[in-house]
Amino acid sequence: MPKKYHIKPKPTPNRFVPPGKYVIIEQDQYCLHCPTNACVKKDCPYDVYTERRFDSAQLKDIIDYLCKGCFRCIQGCKNNAITRTLNPEYLVLGDEYWTPEIITSTYNQAETGKVPVSGAGYGGPFTGPGFDSMWTDMSEIVRPTRDGIHGREYIATTIDLGKKLPFLKFDEERGLISEPPTLIELPMPVIFNPLPFGVLSQEILLAQAQAAKILDTFMIVNSIDLSPEILRYQNHLVPLINEVAEDKIRGFVMVEFPDQDDVLALVQAARAINPKIVTMIRLKFDKGVVARVLELTKGGAEVIHLCADEQGKESDATNPRFIKEMIRQVHLSLVEQSLRDRVTLIVSGGIAEASHLAKAIICGTDGVAIDLPLLVALECRLCKNCKEGLPCPVKLETIDAQWATKRMVNLMNAWHSQLIEVMGAMGIREVRRLRGEIGRAMNFTDLEEETWK
Amino acid sequence: MEIKDTPIQNTEFRIQNSESRTPNPEPRVKYTLSRFRNPISKYILKRSSSCIKCGTCVKVCQFGVHKIYSAGPSRPKEALCIGEDCQIRNSKFEIRNCINSCPQNALTLKSNPAFCALGDYRWTPDLILSTWHQAETGKLPPAHLEYKTGASAGGFDKLELVFPKEVEEISDKDVSTTISLNCWDEKRPKVEIDVPWYGGGMSFGSTALNVMVARAKAALSANTFICTGEGGYPDALIPYADHIITQIATGLFGVREETIQRVRIVEFKYAQGAKPGLGGHLLGEKVTPEVAKMREAVVGSSLFSPFPFHSVYSIEDHKKHVDWIREVNPKGLVSVKVSTPTDVDMVAVGIYFAGAHIIHIDGSYGGTGAAPNIAKKNIAMPIEYAIPKVHKFLCEEGIRDKITLIASGGIRTAYDVAKAIALGADGCVIGTAELIALECVKCGNCESGRGCVRGIATTDPEFSKMIDIDWATQRLINLYSSWRTQLVRILKKLGMKSIRELVGRRDCLMHLDYEK
Repeated sequence: MPKKYHIKPKPTPNRFVPPGKYVIIEQDQYCLHCPTNACVKKDCPYDVYTERRFDSAQLKDIIDYLCKGCFRCIQGCKNNAITRTLNPEYLVLGDEYWTPEIITSTYNQAETGKVPVSGAGYGGPFTGPGFDSMWTDMSEIVRPTRDGIHGREYIATTIDLGKKLPFLKFDEERGLISEPPTLIELPMPVIFNPLPFGVLSQEILLAQAQAAKILDTFMIVNSIDLSPEILRYQNHLVPLINEVAEDKIRGFVMVEFPDQDDVLALVQAARAINPKIVTMIRLKFDKGVVARVLELTKGGAEVIHLCADEQGKESDATNPRFIKEMIRQVHLSLVEQSLRDRVTLIVSGGIAEASHLAKAIICGTDGVAIDLPLLVALECRLCKNCKEGLPCPVKLETIDAQWATKRMVNLMNAWHSQLIEVMGAMGIREVRRLRGEIGRAMNFTDLEEETWK
Repeated sequence: MEIKDTPIQNTEFRIQNSESRTPNPEPRVKYTLSRFRNPISKYILKRSSSCIKCGTCVKVCQFGVHKIYSAGPSRPKEALCIGEDCQIRNSKFEIRNCINSCPQNALTLKSNPAFCALGDYRWTPDLILSTWHQAETGKLPPAHLEYKTGASAGGFDKLELVFPKEVEEISDKDVSTTISLNCWDEKRPKVEIDVPWYGGGMSFGSTALNVMVARAKAALSANTFICTGEGGYPDALIPYADHIITQIATGLFGVREETIQRVRIVEFKYAQGAKPGLGGHLLGEKVTPEVAKMREAVVGSSLFSPFPFHSVYSIEDHKKHVDWIREVNPKGLVSVKVSTPTDVDMVAVGIYFAGAHIIHIDGSYGGTGAAPNIAKKNIAMPIEYAIPKVHKFLCEEGIRDKITLIASGGIRTAYDVAKAIALGADGCVIGTAELIALECVKCGNCESGRGCVRGIATTDPEFSKMIDIDWATQRLINLYSSWRTQLVRILKKLGMKSIRELVGRRDCLMHLDYEK
């Protein structure tokens, strides 16, 4: 039995107060100035009015973040002087894909390292675009179930990076002739992508590498970022390089090449220098992706990293497809040609929360690479001010590596636990078995078809 | 509004069940005010100081918003104001409303900013306020509130009942809303409930004892049931024993022989819609000494029930389970609560052949006291898909009339009940709707800290005092009565004399996206 994978989260408070969903409006013109001990504010069960303070860094009152929305002050005030409404600052967070809910929930997970739990039933829309139009299955009575969440049964989240041989060859003395290629075990199906924007200091890069080490996963890193400090984590780095030279790949267990015409030659060259190295090819999700993946796989690619844009959409298309459909197409075409186990698929772009991770695997990828969730764990507001050279509202430039490492590890712990919850509900004990299990998911269009038409 | 007692206008609501051992008091609708000083309204109506107390507004308003006392006009009762609708209608028919008829222009109408901060897509502010209105008055909500559907843009919110153009006139008295919970077992009592719904499982620990008792009293007067949830059977519920379902869930908290023998229905909870595939959650701070005693657990330690039953890994194991209860309680009925996986139809058939009387399917958008957000949103299918699937399969297997199919998980209104039944259920289980009637605002903080600060989902000694049993009972009776009135109206408009005629009548439903 392999060692059980366990992440230790450490509570790491926010540096900046996130926007609250609601904003409290105190209408002083209606205040009757009741004696202090008779004021409803005194009775707040969450002590919001006594714990509120003015945050001098952000120049704002933190009350909206503290308020839990019980309406007791609003309904109790003797002259209706308190009311509240939806906070516009909350509503403008992110965009239609990276919703305020996803962003604030990521802050929360990075802070506590825990699975977000709340009371009352689901309150969102019935269905939605992308991954929201899919429900995962669960098992009961007629199918075996797993109780993995509290460690009662072990659920493995390990995947293998690399190619597998379709069969083994033996000589007449039953000695093994084929040389099994290197397989790297990744204890959690997530690797880190380079962060796409943000005021990225050396500290953030270092934090990403440290987090990759703690989680025993990999971090893809642009070759210009390889400083001696970062190279201390060499075993967890995947340099993104355009050409092969001995000094460029020495000491690494994995390298990544952007897709180009002679990329398979680069793969061969790298393997010639270091036969143990695992190579990854970075490919864009576009019109020709299926054909290209088949071509590369037949040519001996080991790991293919498919990148969509940050909203999970195809690039350069007028009517872009979403990764959910694209992953399925790639996966199924590999299955049809009996090539699926020859290659490992990693998908990036549009993986915004833990449920997306599970659903992407169900659609057919082996693992995912994430970038923006890590940035959001560091309190990024996704405002993209930095792209225009404007100052960062959460001062990413002043981040300390230790704090950032803990935030990333916390987020990954929360995701890991949520992945286990989804798998436990389905009765699946191995994330490798979850891959392509589309029959254990329910699709909105299929259910609508079956039920109403 | 004055406080009035109006007896419910029907005979069916009275006790009919010969097996029932406790006489039911006749449920009476009574005006039951909010516990809070300021009701939340859709509109804000302000009267400025230029008011000359002429009394025009009092005469003009049909809804009782304005009152003038000798000392002067009172603050407008905004909760009764229908707002913009009033203006539209009045300009068309040239009837005056308070704003345009005020000689001093002293009144202004605005929409209330707090209104949109209430609720969510499924429980819209309109639905919450209209449920409050029904719980307060026992009557249909006012026209300016959408009380039939939410805004989730799918499922029940996209379904509409289709009424025939001409139907035979039926009097209210002839319409029956009774359903039977035992369709096949002649050796066990026939249990019938007068309304096609009963209260879902809410455990001691997740909800306040006063709430549980109030629910039980309301169930007694409406001749229906409530379920104890998995936290044991508090002694305070014993007087209402004939209207209690006790639950055996995976944690087996508080399950004892005497509690199983005391009830008329025992419910196995295999899974819950809000957290399918996960066991119950009761976080540490809510495990107070009383809760810990009932559950035989340690004070302050979080109680996570396992998933699944560690003794059930097949239908055969499940049959053993059902046999055990049938043996322990020879007069009891067995209900089996399951969630909605892809093969929920197979599960349902298995449940019937294992000897259960009721299949209770709980859809994925159901309520909970605490559940991981990822499970609430993503795992298992919504109830709107599961009901037709199970109903169809049970019909094909030829056993549909031998089992009672109960649906839950997102039943918010009387219209949802009707739609669920038309999709193929016999009846429904409600939970969140009852709590909304007790003035839940759906803030979603039931699980954290000391629990609900509005006194509903908490066992904290301070907060749980906020609910008075009689007040809560009356609010629930009012809600039940309003729902029943609506159901009777729906059935009359459909030309049906019994709710049982509506079961599986898909032709009475229209999906707004696909038809016409």
